[in-house]
Amino acid sequence: MTMTEAQERIIGQRRVRREDPGLLSGENRFSDDLVVPGALHLVLVRSPHAHARITRVDTNAARSMPGVVAVLTGGDLQSEWASPMPCAWPVTPDMKSPAHYPLAIDYVHYAGEGVVAVVARSQTEAVDAAGEVIVEYEELAPVLDLEDAVKDGTLAHEALESNTSFVWALDPNPDAVEAAFRAAKVTVSERYVQQRLIPAAMEPRAMVVVPSPMGGDYTIYSATQIPHVLRVMLALTTGIPETKLRVVAPSVGGGFGSKLDVYAEELLCLALARRLRQPVRFTEERGEGTMATIHGRGQVQYMELAANDDGKVTAIRVKLLADMGAYLQLVTPGVPLLGAFLYHGVYDVGAYSFTCTGLFTNKTPTDAYRGAGRPEATYAIERAMDTLARKLNMDPAEIRRRNFIAADKFPYESVAGLTFDSGSYHENLAKALDNAGYTELRAEQERRRAAGDPRRLGIGVSCYVEMCGLAPSRVLASLNYGAGGWEAATVRILPTSKVQVVTGTAPHGQGHETSWSMIVADKLGISPDDVEVLHSDTAIAPHGMDTYGSRSLSVGGTAVYLATERVIEKAMKIAAHQLEVAEEDLEYVNAAFRVKGSPDQQLPLAAIAFEAFTAHNLPDGVEPNLEASISWDPPNFTFPNGTHIAVVEIDEETGEVRLVRYIAVDDCGNQINPLIVEGQVHGGITQGVAQALYEEALYDTSGQLLNASLADYLVPSASEMPSFELDSTVTPSPTNPLGVKGVGEAGTIGSAPAVINAVVDALADLGVMDCQMPATPERVYSLIQQAKKQQ
Amino acid sequence: MRVEVTVNGQERAADVEPRTLLVHFLREHLGLTGTNVGCDTSSCGACTVLLDGESVKSCTVLAAQADGRSVTTIEGLADPDGTLHPLQRAFQENHALQCGYCTPGMVMVSMSILAEHDTLDEATVREGLEGNLCRCTGYHNIVKAVLAAKEEMGATR
Ligand code: FES
Ligand code: FES
Repeated sequence: MTMTEAQERIIGQRRVRREDPGLLSGENRFSDDLVVPGALHLVLVRSPHAHARITRVDTNAARSMPGVVAVLTGGDLQSEWASPMPCAWPVTPDMKSPAHYPLAIDYVHYAGEGVVAVVARSQTEAVDAAGEVIVEYEELAPVLDLEDAVKDGTLAHEALESNTSFVWALDPNPDAVEAAFRAAKVTVSERYVQQRLIPAAMEPRAMVVVPSPMGGDYTIYSATQIPHVLRVMLALTTGIPETKLRVVAPSVGGGFGSKLDVYAEELLCLALARRLRQPVRFTEERGEGTMATIHGRGQVQYMELAANDDGKVTAIRVKLLADMGAYLQLVTPGVPLLGAFLYHGVYDVGAYSFTCTGLFTNKTPTDAYRGAGRPEATYAIERAMDTLARKLNMDPAEIRRRNFIAADKFPYESVAGLTFDSGSYHENLAKALDNAGYTELRAEQERRRAAGDPRRLGIGVSCYVEMCGLAPSRVLASLNYGAGGWEAATVRILPTSKVQVVTGTAPHGQGHETSWSMIVADKLGISPDDVEVLHSDTAIAPHGMDTYGSRSLSVGGTAVYLATERVIEKAMKIAAHQLEVAEEDLEYVNAAFRVKGSPDQQLPLAAIAFEAFTAHNLPDGVEPNLEASISWDPPNFTFPNGTHIAVVEIDEETGEVRLVRYIAVDDCGNQINPLIVEGQVHGGITQGVAQALYEEALYDTSGQLLNASLADYLVPSASEMPSFELDSTVTPSPTNPLGVKGVGEAGTIGSAPAVINAVVDALADLGVMDCQMPATPERVYSLIQQAKKQQ
Repeated sequence: MRVEVTVNGQERAADVEPRTLLVHFLREHLGLTGTNVGCDTSSCGACTVLLDGESVKSCTVLAAQADGRSVTTIEGLADPDGTLHPLQRAFQENHALQCGYCTPGMVMVSMSILAEHDTLDEATVREGLEGNLCRCTGYHNIVKAVLAAKEEMGATR
């Protein structure tokens, strides 16, 4: 199975995506594109209040509207549920989780929560009828602010005794932390706010549930990232056996974590299809989707560093208040834990202490959103490192150099209990500074300052490491996560020698079909065009853990690789039998099995594939067909890392921040397709920049989401973003045979701190030490004014 | 009411409610689901089509307003034999799409950017794309694709 130079390497090529022609011509089908004859339309009447008791529901008028098939309340549907909506991550044994049903019963706990389901023959009829439903409420005081929530003055859930869902700590050596802070020459103590973000995938959530004609079996088409997990959860929640449910994710228009969930509407469509024996569909409108689809982030971070006067950090102490929103969704409580292990970032620190309090508020539930936990952690450490540098009058790049985990320390046992696989942190930083022209940028900054130029220049450095490849199942067990972290793959070589790959990953823009076909083709020595990749349909790919957390390549891609290897092993047995030699005497080169040392004696893979199909002459004990299935459980996470540099210009007169350059060096290990890697980084950076400069879910004092529409919620457009200057280092991960690490979240994790560091850096000579996200013109302008007053 | 529109070169007609938007006319009445809906506030551009050659957000136009006019959707760009339009090809070659949801709108607005400018630079492209949101690509490659298409189409003209 050795490779020779003769065989062209496909891995590492910049190959255009095979997914694209269908998407570029309108041929692909998204969930809302599916035509299902006779489908009924579900529309929800949602709570206008953040916290209220439902005192009366009158559905009579709605029921008599044209086209209406059913109007049902939470109480009417109560018998449909075998259990409440799932939270699969009970992070502590005593975690509080209020019962959460697809429609509210008696009380509502956030504005946008579903109260009444209206089903009609057309969408317009359902909307019209929903307008006739009368719901009366007795308003209750809402809990909106995290620092209030922790005081328990007002309760988000009348049935709970406090707003605290759980307290989770990682405090391996409290005495060492105490001692380090006592001995510290310098300390940093900051409070950072991770504002709530609206994921805003461009495709709204959409689904249609189609019952079999006799009932009993259901096909659920849904814009989901997690067809496999969803199937299990639908079964557990509705009591319909898993074997009767088929979940298909057609083309999915982006997810970023917001489609990594089990939603009320999916459960309602299924239960209503069962009850009404007709297909039922739901497509969210953007305005309701921003309230009914999970939000991301939502934390207050108290971040402390202890350091020596040479800038060496000796201890980190983190206290976190994390906003769960009104209910625990699928992995809500686990999100801050994913960050808990990374608050020391890329730095070798002696002691560490972390505590997180998960709190209920009367707002849309939060859950995993691009990077989930890791952008938050990276932001805190990278902001704090800058503050430390300022206190010591040191360059932000220098303070990082002094604290990096050195290249010869890998595998590195972190103070939080992880084993970092590999990394070249010094190299990343050096390359990024070089590519940015850091010295010249600093000189330009000085020049502008000296000249009193109102266009202030700011340079922000951020170094990150994240943990990807979610995840070793045993580690998930130690965190109380309710599922494993393995991934499944099947590779079969068809009689004509075309290859079929079945993967348990569920792409929604990441290009798995292209990448997986490259992995298989590279291994088999064939063309990627001869490899078909099947996914996202539980009838075709019954096993899988789906796509999130940059796990697809390092776990799913590795499964594909290993299954291919196994198929070759089997084919080798057949080839040895046919060539009448021992297996050890064969090598696999250029899609053929040949006798070592006598290259003329060989059998092409195609011939073996046909032999395996006819099964006329197979060795004893070898089954027909060339097929292998693998479930791969990774031994460890992977740890992608990098350095990002943002250059901003701030207009002193308006407070407007303009991102003028963005330089990134990322190490995601070996790259299967650099074209796709770069695309992932671009998108990620944009989301992080958006958090730093533009986006925030804003609530008023009564708990109304003020910017529920895309007209009000500032998703950046092309004119706000620059072109990016990307580069990479390649330090292969020893965790998997492909040496890959994952890259989907890298950009998001590296960018928000880089941008805010740049904003603060631009104002440093005024004495500004921090700027809360998003750095809106108003916020920046008032920082400038305040600073000038104090000067 | 009856609406007659030339869509991608073909005469199409349907009876619709007067309040029907062009995007719904295309998607539901004509089965052309390539045009996507991303918002309800005319903010995202996913629904962009060409109306008499000019890009419009089809969620802001009533089907009735398109009566007697000509509409081009994403389905109408490739040759009948499936050969992609140079702009579509540039999108693929420059990896200007990921999930592909914003893509039909991006391609259609780019068609009009290409038509409206004899020469193009990055700033002009970015300005032209301003009304269309993409959550996946960060725009970098979309901008590259439009510039590449300009180069190619200019050269073949
Ligand atoms: S759907 Fe038309 S602009 Fe968003
Ligand atoms: S490619 Fe996904 S929104 Fe643009």
